[in-house]
Parts: sequence; C-alpha cells; structure tokens
Amino acid sequence: MTMTPSDRAERELKNLEAVAGNGLLHRRAFLRGGAALAGAMTGYTLVPSAFGQQLADDAWSLVPGVPVPDYGTRSRFENNVVRTLTNPKGEPRTQHARTPHHLLNGTFTPNGLHFVISHAGDPDIDPDKHRLVIHGLVKQPLVFTLDALARYPMVSRMAFVECGGNSAPLFSLEPIQASVQALHGLVSCAEWTGVPLSTLLDEAGIDPKAKWIVAEGGDPPHLSRSVPLAKAMDDAMIALYQNGERIMPGNGYPMRLLLPGWEGNMNTKFLRRIQVTDQPGMTFYEARTYAPVLPGGKAYRFYFIQEVKSFITHPSPGLALKGPGFYEISGLAYSGDGRIAKVMVSADGGKSWAQAALQQPVLNKAFTRFRVPWRWDGGPAVLQSRAWDEAGYEQPTRAQLVAARGETTRVPAVTGFPSQHYNAITSWSIERGGEVKHVYA
Amino acid sequence: MYTRSLLGFAVTLTLALSARVAFAQTPNLGKPISPADIAAWDINVLPDGSGLPPGSGTPADGARIYAAKCSACHGPEGKGGVNGRLVGGDPIKTIEAEKTIANFWPFATTLFDYIRRAMPWPKPRSLTNEEVYALTAYILSLNKLIGENDTMNAQTLPKVRMPNRDGFIVRFPDRTP
Repeated sequence: MTMTPSDRAERELKNLEAVAGNGLLHRRAFLRGGAALAGAMTGYTLVPSAFGQQLADDAWSLVPGVPVPDYGTRSRFENNVVRTLTNPKGEPRTQHARTPHHLLNGTFTPNGLHFVISHAGDPDIDPDKHRLVIHGLVKQPLVFTLDALARYPMVSRMAFVECGGNSAPLFSLEPIQASVQALHGLVSCAEWTGVPLSTLLDEAGIDPKAKWIVAEGGDPPHLSRSVPLAKAMDDAMIALYQNGERIMPGNGYPMRLLLPGWEGNMNTKFLRRIQVTDQPGMTFYEARTYAPVLPGGKAYRFYFIQEVKSFITHPSPGLALKGPGFYEISGLAYSGDGRIAKVMVSADGGKSWAQAALQQPVLNKAFTRFRVPWRWDGGPAVLQSRAWDEAGYEQPTRAQLVAARGETTRVPAVTGFPSQHYNAITSWSIERGGEVKHVYA
Repeated sequence: MYTRSLLGFAVTLTLALSARVAFAQTPNLGKPISPADIAAWDINVLPDGSGLPPGSGTPADGARIYAAKCSACHGPEGKGGVNGRLVGGDPIKTIEAEKTIANFWPFATTLFDYIRRAMPWPKPRSLTNEEVYALTAYILSLNKLIGENDTMNAQTLPKVRMPNRDGFIVRFPDRTP
C-alpha cells in the first residue's frame, strides 16, 4: 500500500513530541515537519482521506469579472465579518461596536472593524474648520489647523487601543457564554501616524508649574480626560492617520490623542483642545466612570495602563472544531507596559504549558499574534493562554485577579460593565462534539 | 528580566533624546491665540474651582430648569428615567454597585463641568452658566449635600465636601503627579 503525502504527514504528527498535556506540540513543529506536514493542513482540520472529486472550471473563471471600485471592500462572502452594535438606532445612551477577533487574523485591525465607543454618536467634523488649541500653563497659547499639522515631522507606530471596560463580562461570578468578540471586542490595533505631542507642547512652551494636560474632544459631550505631563511628553501623538488613511469618524476624525498602552477613553477623539494644568480635571470619566470599585468599597483612581493580557481567538466560542486532528491555536497578546516577552498556552486547564511562537515583529504596546500547533484527540480540553511582558509583568490567573479585584454578586448583562481593567486568563473548554465554551478554570 | 528592562529603558532614552535633537528646529506653524478668542472653548473646571465662571444659582432656580430640560431623561426630581438617577444611592458594597453622585463622586466641581460640557444630551452647550450653577445647586440639594437655600457660585461650589471624597486609591502612584 502506497503512502500519500497526507498519510506521511499524519504519521509525522503522531511522532512529534508533545511538549505539554492534551496534545500541545512544539511551537516550531511545522517548521521541523516540513512541506509534507504543511500540505496536510486544509484550513483548520487535517483531512487525511482522498479528495474524491474531479476538478472543473468554475463559473467565475469563465466570464469577465466586475469593474474595480474606487474604494475597495471585501468579498461579499465575508459580509458576516462585522462589528456587533449595542445601540444601532443611536438612542440617548452610549454606543459600542466590538471587533470580531474570531473572524480576523494577523495583528492589525481593519479600519471598518476597529472598535468604537461613542457617547453621543460620531460628530460630522469638517476638517477645514477643525482647530486644535494648546493653552493653560504655557508661554504662548497656540491654535493649529489640520493643514498646519500636516506639515510637521510625523511618526508612525503600531499601537493597540483598549477600552478600560474591555473583558468586563469576565468579572461575572459565573462564566458568560459569548464569543470572543462579545467578551474581548473592545480592543483593536492599528498603525497610527501623526505629530508627536511633545513637539507642539515644546513650541507652546511649558510652564515649570505644569503637571498635567486636560485633553478635550469636539464631540457633543466634549469628552475630556486628564493625562500626566510626563506621558504627554513621552510617546503621546496627535494621530491623523489610521492604517494609512485618515482616521475613521468613529475613531476620532480628523485627529485624536494617542496614548500608547493607556486606557482607551483617555485617547481623546476629535481632539480640539489641550489645557496644560497643575492638577487633574477630575472629569466625569476619570472621577466616576473609569474608577473601578474594589472589594470593600474603595475605588481605584487613575488606572492609566492597560496591563499585560492575552486571549485565544482560534478556536473560540462559535468556531467549533470539526473533528479530532490537527489545529493551530492562535490568539492575541499585548501590554501597555511594553513588548510581549512570552506567551504560554495550556490545553489542560493550566496543568501543563507549551511556549507559543510569537509572530514577528513583536512591537511595543501593539498586538502580538501567538500560535501553537495542537493535536486534538477528541476528548475534553481546556485551552488557556498566559502572557508576560518585557517589564516583567505576568498576566494573572482569574483566581489571582478576583482575589485582588473581586467578582460580581449576580451574573451581569454581557454588554454590561460591572468593573474595568480585567486582564486575567480566559479559558475555553472544548466539548466532545468540538463546541467551544467559555469556562472558569 | 530586570536587566533587560533597564537596557530597554536606556535605548528608549537615547532614541528619545536624539529625536528631540532632530526636531529642535520645529515648524512653529501654530498661530498665537488670545484668551479672549479661546473663551468659548475654555470650559474646564478643576477641583480647586479654577475655571468656574462668574454667576450663581439656587436649588429653586435649578428645579424649574430641571423640569423643563432634564426630567425627560433623568426622571422627576432626579429619580431616574431612561437614563441614570441623580439622587440617592446605597452605600457601595459590591464591585458592580451603582455609582451615584451621593455615594461615589469625589468632587462637586465635576458636576458643573460635566453638565456644562455634555448636557442636555440632545443639546449640549445650550445652558447658560447661571443655569448650570442652578442645576448643580438643585442636584446637590436633592442629595442633601447642600441646604435647599444655598447658592452655588465660584466660591461656594469648590467648598462642597462630597461624602466619598477619600474613597479612592491611586492605581499607579509613580506615574501620577
């Protein structure tokens, strides 16, 4: 009997040394396995049996295609890849649009799928009339047009932006069954291009008494947040471009404050004014909303940093496994404290761990894609990922996070925000039929 | 890990310094603007009261304005409607407890600042400073944080002591000036 390439791949897979329990393989198993192994993969599942179907030319290959549009969009077969909306009619309350991480891959978020939180709808800003004012504790108050800013030396960088309330459903005392989009969809990553804020603050001339800036948007709530001057002078940017094109209306057109690694709400959209001050504004969003309550009733203030976090996107709830065999486990890791140093993945609920491969380049305060090859034997498995950053911070277990931050007393709505800044481990249980469920483990 | 951290910091510092040198000649394309020309946008009110405008208002004035412009969303007498209530609030005992002005907000100045910049939701920036003072006084009075005849102005508002003023822990003291 002759061995087909996929038979050989199957045998090689079986021979590969498992590096952790429940079938986790070495992160470079593919590279070592070579072409035969790679050829054995068809998408998500290993199909060892013969194809058994004669190929024929498809209809679309036999007629001219449609004209190229002036602004491209994805195939109509991808129309299910959309954000989920909490308030599609724009009723007088906040709107949330969450990124479908389970339907994307790579590390940057397409502009139309970047998460958005809008407190009163997106303003329709005329860029020619928009102004940015810098005033307060400065030698010379200045006003900038977009045209003026466009002439400044610019910088580009990848950066994730994450809502302080992302992953809040995991504060629930019981795991809420929902997709990774519903649980972790309020974080996205893009390449941002713009003018370093330090350049403009230097031009205005900072008074020695200055300690903070208060940034304000030109949106209807005139959303305002206070930022320590040290962060404003470090890596803050007046961002004008998002993934190469002008910032999307939902993400702050025509300009936003970008504070890499810091709480999303502080990255003021529609930025129109920066007041340099000697004290924080104690604005609505910092005094009330983004001040998470701790067990015992006190609350954290100025929870600036989005701390090290990871979650598995493939597989995840809604992406059922189609039978035993080979799969790639992959997900996203990021830290507001720097680069991701290491991601470990477990298939047995944290009893044993395999080191994941990190997609290069690993960038500062940006998404890092991690991947681990896995052979599912069809039995129960609990998948987890855990990340470490270059500052030495370790993503907490859920038990560690709950011990410090508490959990709810009742199951909240999946769209609710019982607290903020949840960065602990997420666990996916693989059921016998291949269905993926959210569990605490 | 610690060593790598320090090394990373040194590299960042060098890059930052060279970047500052490279940009030493910056375009200077901002136009000087006078405080008078900024005035309409200069709406931040800080906890020490700086930024509070001239004017004043009483709870009685505020009650009339509230009924006309606020009760549709926040309910009669601030008891809540399609949007959050503005009066009352149980002591905070759980992480998901409802945060209210009375049980959570640390500074009364935030009330003036937020009403003036964001309310009413369908028509922000439509209230006069007098109306904002009056609404602030009314809401503080409903919560029994000031007397029902107390006037709120630039002197009195920053002195209002909020019950949860000391209920906070700074999360990152080393990064908070």
